[in-house]
Amino acid sequence: MTMLISAENLSIKGDVGWRVKNVNLEISKGEIVTMIGPNGSGKSTVAKALLRIISPDEGQVIHHKKLKIGYVPQSLQVTRAVPMTLKRFLQLTTSHSAKDIDDVMALVGLTAPLTQSVSDLSGGQFQRALIARALLLKPDLMILDEPVQGVDFKGEVALYELITQIRDKIQCGMLLISHDLHIVMSQTDRVICMNGHICCEGSPSAVIADASYLTLFGPKASEFLALYQHDHDHHHHHDDDHNHLDGATA
Amino acid sequence: MIDALMDDFFYRALIAGIATAALTGPIGCFIIWRRMSFFGDTLSHSALLGVGLGLVFSIHQTLAVFLIALAISFSLHWLRQKASISSDTSLGILSHGALALGLLLLTFLPPSRIDLSAVFFGDILTSSPRDVGIAVFCLVGGLIVLRLIWHSLLVQTINPEIAKAEGMRTKLVEFTFSLLLTIVIAFSFKIVGVLLISALLVIPAASARQMASNPEMAALLASVIGCLSVAGGLGASLHADLPSGPAIVCSALVIFLASVMGRLLIIRYR
Repeated sequence: MTMLISAENLSIKGDVGWRVKNVNLEISKGEIVTMIGPNGSGKSTVAKALLRIISPDEGQVIHHKKLKIGYVPQSLQVTRAVPMTLKRFLQLTTSHSAKDIDDVMALVGLTAPLTQSVSDLSGGQFQRALIARALLLKPDLMILDEPVQGVDFKGEVALYELITQIRDKIQCGMLLISHDLHIVMSQTDRVICMNGHICCEGSPSAVIADASYLTLFGPKASEFLALYQHDHDHHHHHDDDHNHLDGATA
Repeated sequence: MIDALMDDFFYRALIAGIATAALTGPIGCFIIWRRMSFFGDTLSHSALLGVGLGLVFSIHQTLAVFLIALAISFSLHWLRQKASISSDTSLGILSHGALALGLLLLTFLPPSRIDLSAVFFGDILTSSPRDVGIAVFCLVGGLIVLRLIWHSLLVQTINPEIAKAEGMRTKLVEFTFSLLLTIVIAFSFKIVGVLLISALLVIPAASARQMASNPEMAALLASVIGCLSVAGGLGASLHADLPSGPAIVCSALVIFLASVMGRLLIIRYR
């Protein structure tokens, strides 16, 4: 597989001490990677470093070609107070042909009319508009920050199906960021569990059974483990994928 | 013709007022979109400190207000970034700290040197030809700068990470916007007085938002509404002998109420 982006010993200072320390990761073409970790665990910091919004204090981020990244921020962080039609919003930073816009809207299931004001879109449609906007940039890699935040379970399943569909269709890499592991994430190829450093990583089923994941997320994680195993017994042969990367001594 | 207009104090006030309001409109739109009207308030309160310091050091009042607002704007940035004090706490501290310092400073000045009603209600009617010239110059300069940063400012208002990820120079744009805001505040101070500065920023922009379907239209409408408010308020102040600042803000308020009513009617009967 073609490697798109990698971080080598990525370390970034915070107000006190290191916000993230010695993070090593890589994402290849067509791969869906989910990064999970509690609030303040440095997931967004890593994402910003990958986007080159912040520069690392130690280590480096390598873009393995002239990489185009489509960034989908948390929808709650996007102001809808600016009066704007959906058509304008989809072309916020670059203009696109009507055909490209139609195609991408069909792909992500964005059904609202182009003339509709962004502030009148439903939460689900707005989330799709954000994904569509990033997709229109024809990215090699998509980075989605908390894409299922504030979405109910049914919506979550639909969004993950959509993310898989997009990957299948355009063969980009995908990095999803989430504060929790969701059942539907069984569709992701690899999970990276962050807490200032990488605690554990591997297939979803491997991470969920990992001791450091259980410590990080507490009793809720164990309940989830039971649920997960119940649902996905057939996935267990993936366990051997698991490799434990020891980061900093946090 | 221009000379004749400049000889009349009323037309001088009108031109200075319109030149200022034409720039507060678009800047006010960003204040609303970014939900930072409390930030505008803080800078406004610092104007009082600017007036006091201007008198103590014999600096032109508008310049003094501008410099203090700039200093407050940077202190705020510093408190947030380096001292990790939350935004609204920093705003509260700086806003009332500057206000209290300004009030103390004014009590030390001899009463003959300070016209308190001008400080609180604005003294646009005393605009000199030079004041008018400076206001028009700042309007032209401000509009050019705003046009230059418009696209980036808009994108980073919607989401700063998108702007940064797509290669925009967000820090430079942010700094330029703060500079424009402090300039606008220094001029608004002269028109509406220290307590009502942010009204001139927020109310025309809020009216424009009721009607606009895109950001450019909102900015233009806010400009026009600001100018109409200045003209209306000045007219009322001339005919009914009202203080000009509050009269201008009240006419902005009337336009705002009309715009809300109009929008509700349109929604109802569409």
